[in-house]
Amino acid sequence: MMAVGGPAADRPGGAGPGSADGPGGGAGPGGADGAAGSAVLAVRDLRVAFRTRRGLAHVVNGISYDVPPGRTLAIVGESGSGKSVGILALLGLLPATTQVWGSATFDGAELVGRSEDKLRQVRGAGIGMVFQDPMTSLNPVLTVGRQVVEAIRAHQSVPKAAARSRAAELLAEVGIPDPASRLDAYPHELSGGMRQRVMIAVALAGEPRVLIADEATTALDVTVQAQILELIRRLQDERGMGVVWITHDLGVVAGIADHVLVMYAGRTVEEGSAAEMFGAPVHPYTRGLLGAMPVVDDPRTARERDPLLTIPGLPPDPVALPAGCAFFPRCPIRADERCAHEVPPLTPVAGGRRHWAATFYSPEGA
Amino acid sequence: MNDETRGGGPTGAAGPTQPGATDRLGATDRLDVVGDKHRPRWQETLLLLARNPMAVAASLVLLLLVLVGVLGEWLAPYGYNEQFVGGQLESPSTDHWFGTDEFGRDVFSRVLMGAEVSLRVGAVAVGISLVAGVLIGLFAGYFGRWLDDALMRFMDMLFAFPALLMAIAVLAILGRGENNAMIAIGIVYTPIFARVTRASVLSVREEVFIRASRASGAGSLRIIFRHVLPNAAPPIIVQTTISLAFAILSEAALSFVGLGTQPPNPSWGLMLSEGRGFVEHAWWMALFPGLAIFFVVLAFNVLGDALRDVLDPRQRSVLTGKGAGR
Amino acid sequence: MSGYVLRRLLQAVIVLIGVSILVFAIMHLVPGDPIRQALGTRGTEATYLAMRERAGLDDPLVVQYFNWIGNALTGDLGVSFRSGRPVSELILERVPATVSLALAAIVVALLIAIPLGTISALRPRSVVDWFATVSSQAGLSIPDFWMGIMFILIFAGTLGWLPSGGYVGLTDDPVEWARHLIMPAITAGVASGSILTRFVRSSVLEALGQDHVRAARAKGMRARDVLTWHVLRNAMLPLVTVGGVQLAYLLSGVVIVEIVFAWPGLGQMALQAVEGRDYSLLQGAVLLFAVIFLVVNLVVDLLYAKLDPRIRYQRAGS
Repeated sequence: MMAVGGPAADRPGGAGPGSADGPGGGAGPGGADGAAGSAVLAVRDLRVAFRTRRGLAHVVNGISYDVPPGRTLAIVGESGSGKSVGILALLGLLPATTQVWGSATFDGAELVGRSEDKLRQVRGAGIGMVFQDPMTSLNPVLTVGRQVVEAIRAHQSVPKAAARSRAAELLAEVGIPDPASRLDAYPHELSGGMRQRVMIAVALAGEPRVLIADEATTALDVTVQAQILELIRRLQDERGMGVVWITHDLGVVAGIADHVLVMYAGRTVEEGSAAEMFGAPVHPYTRGLLGAMPVVDDPRTARERDPLLTIPGLPPDPVALPAGCAFFPRCPIRADERCAHEVPPLTPVAGGRRHWAATFYSPEGA
Repeated sequence: MNDETRGGGPTGAAGPTQPGATDRLGATDRLDVVGDKHRPRWQETLLLLARNPMAVAASLVLLLLVLVGVLGEWLAPYGYNEQFVGGQLESPSTDHWFGTDEFGRDVFSRVLMGAEVSLRVGAVAVGISLVAGVLIGLFAGYFGRWLDDALMRFMDMLFAFPALLMAIAVLAILGRGENNAMIAIGIVYTPIFARVTRASVLSVREEVFIRASRASGAGSLRIIFRHVLPNAAPPIIVQTTISLAFAILSEAALSFVGLGTQPPNPSWGLMLSEGRGFVEHAWWMALFPGLAIFFVVLAFNVLGDALRDVLDPRQRSVLTGKGAGR
Repeated sequence: MSGYVLRRLLQAVIVLIGVSILVFAIMHLVPGDPIRQALGTRGTEATYLAMRERAGLDDPLVVQYFNWIGNALTGDLGVSFRSGRPVSELILERVPATVSLALAAIVVALLIAIPLGTISALRPRSVVDWFATVSSQAGLSIPDFWMGIMFILIFAGTLGWLPSGGYVGLTDDPVEWARHLIMPAITAGVASGSILTRFVRSSVLEALGQDHVRAARAKGMRARDVLTWHVLRNAMLPLVTVGGVQLAYLLSGVVIVEIVFAWPGLGQMALQAVEGRDYSLLQGAVLLFAVIFLVVNLVVDLLYAKLDPRIRYQRAGS
């Protein structure tokens, strides 16, 4: 298991500085490009499993990435790929039946195995989170003002009145009109987009250095999605936050991500700079995801996506992962006989600059 | 199958929805096959119940109750009204396991024979509310409109009286006694059956097969009893079990206040009422009938809960809400 | 908001009218002549005729009903067949005892249910959870009259710590009032406590699984604050409804406990009315119980609508 695990295990010298043209350079494959070694959040070979009645469910099986300040990392995968679990596990937001291995440092301090109280200090203040559904993520029986105030007071001992005016400032910052009077509104009195803005204000309340947007636009309609994307981008610029977008929709992150990481069955199957990933995807799974995404004017992608438009089948059972490539059962290509028995390691893509894929397959012409 | 999908059509969109597409995953497909759907539903229910040790224990207690109820007269060492002159208020001994009461009657024999009273009154009372409530609920739920309004508002009115008080008021009219107690308890628990049945009917009324038989011109009564009732039954079965618990408790309570079973018959509630006066000198008179009520009611409650988990996991509100009132 | 209140009020009034007709019918469903029944062998023909005249039993039924309900609305529930005193006066005398008992019982029930239900929800499948499940099942099944008798046997008889029954007014002697109240309150509160324990448990479990709880933890709030403001607060809101229903039951349903502990409350009075065939008193008592029950339910519904902002607006909108 260890041998076939995540990329960090397979990759030499992740920390070494130097040219950015190989796996040994920069922060390794995990991490938004540039800014080597300065990552606020650095995850190495993270594994997460849940104890279930049927046995351990291996949900995350060794992922590594870096989040440098001011940059955007996108983690892409379908539901059940482990993309959210990896983050939630780091912050201690999963049930006690969860087991976590590997390493994740925030500001140089290890998060895995930290006490609940120490983790609490990171939540909100170090790493802010915006969740998928703002309707259910806000407590329906408390006013939005209260919910922003409690986020502020979770980390700073300020009097209520001061926290309240700070909350109004935050609401203004996320673009909520007439913030002072909105403080007394209940979540159901706001529109979906406004609620998500409140959630963002809540996430900003602790002045986090990393903002995690977990499917933060999925529940919203398209025009509102664009507004929220723009808002987060602006806040990122103003505050220099690292941003992690977790989504199943490559289309959402296409315009905003610096670095993209595609997960399948708890492993990274492909990652790289946004330009290379979108320009020349290698892994059959990524190509399938891209195929599912409306592509307007690239004739090559349009031609290639045909057989991969949608991917039949379901992700494997995390209690009984297949011996070989986890994607093998669904793979339309099955390029190599090793696919069934061997987990393909994450290796640099030939001709790529910052691009890695975990597949034995190499597309013609790549 | 994957190969076909790959070559299939320019869009490939037809592939993923084909059931065979999941063949490669095996496990997910086969899991569905394991749950054998060809077994009759009652058998499946019993199998599931048998896996719950609490439910099995409760069933054994109830089986014992029925046995004692039927065979009590033969099992009991003495007659229920057999008096031992000079043997009054004796504490438990090898002759009288549960002691004797103030008339020198054997408490153990009376407790055994009391099972029959509890069981009979409980069963008849619940039978009354079951038939009345289910009929009302069926008609209200199936026909809806004014009939629904009229019937259910009437049920609301009955529901507005606390259960025991209403039983007492009914007995005030009918006069005290065991038979009238059955009727009173039956009336008291009718509204809950009507509500449960109606809710269940509403949820099955719009099912395809019922609309289909309506469209095929089947008569309303036929549809109601052949199609609606069997499909609406699970919550009613659960309610019946739990109501038996409350009916037995109610019988004991009514007999305790002197309105139900009359002396010298061996009702547990009546025995408690008699034992109450001697509690400081003859604790056994009150202890054993009370334990009998407790275990029987507990068994019905446990079985009812287990049945609910198996048959009707969604319907928890009925018990936690108003239904459980005494 | 007002639309919902109006609809709910209207519904209550309709049920109340129906209930009053049912209660009115008690007197007329009694086989034979209720006044002869009540008098038994006592009284002369003259008293009989006078009582009959006073009860208005010779008027047409509709007239009788409207007279009765009209008087009831002004607080006049007629005259007890047995004692000759006004029914409303007899009832008022009994109210403090029953209200003390019901309130104390609901306090007992909540003191059992909130901690036990919360802890068992926070630690599912733990020993506490198992204990909560078993004890609430047992609490629902235990006959209250038997539990009362056993309490008397143990705490009044054997140990001699508490009085075996009777009532002392709060204003007369608060200490004795409390001492007399303990056993009846526990006896009456156990069943409600069991129902509420289950309710609190499932309610807290449901609240714990809400997204906003995770979101609150992600803010970095202290576990205790998350529990108080995002779990318990949400879980306790519906408790208002179910707890209110239980209170309604206790106010009108403590007949048995009152008998066991010789508690001079309304339940005991109602039973005495049945035994004495005092139908006018019984009518008054039953009507009062039903009204209490309906009013408490109404208040609870309205209160819940006021407490939960979602309902407040949903219902205003619909």
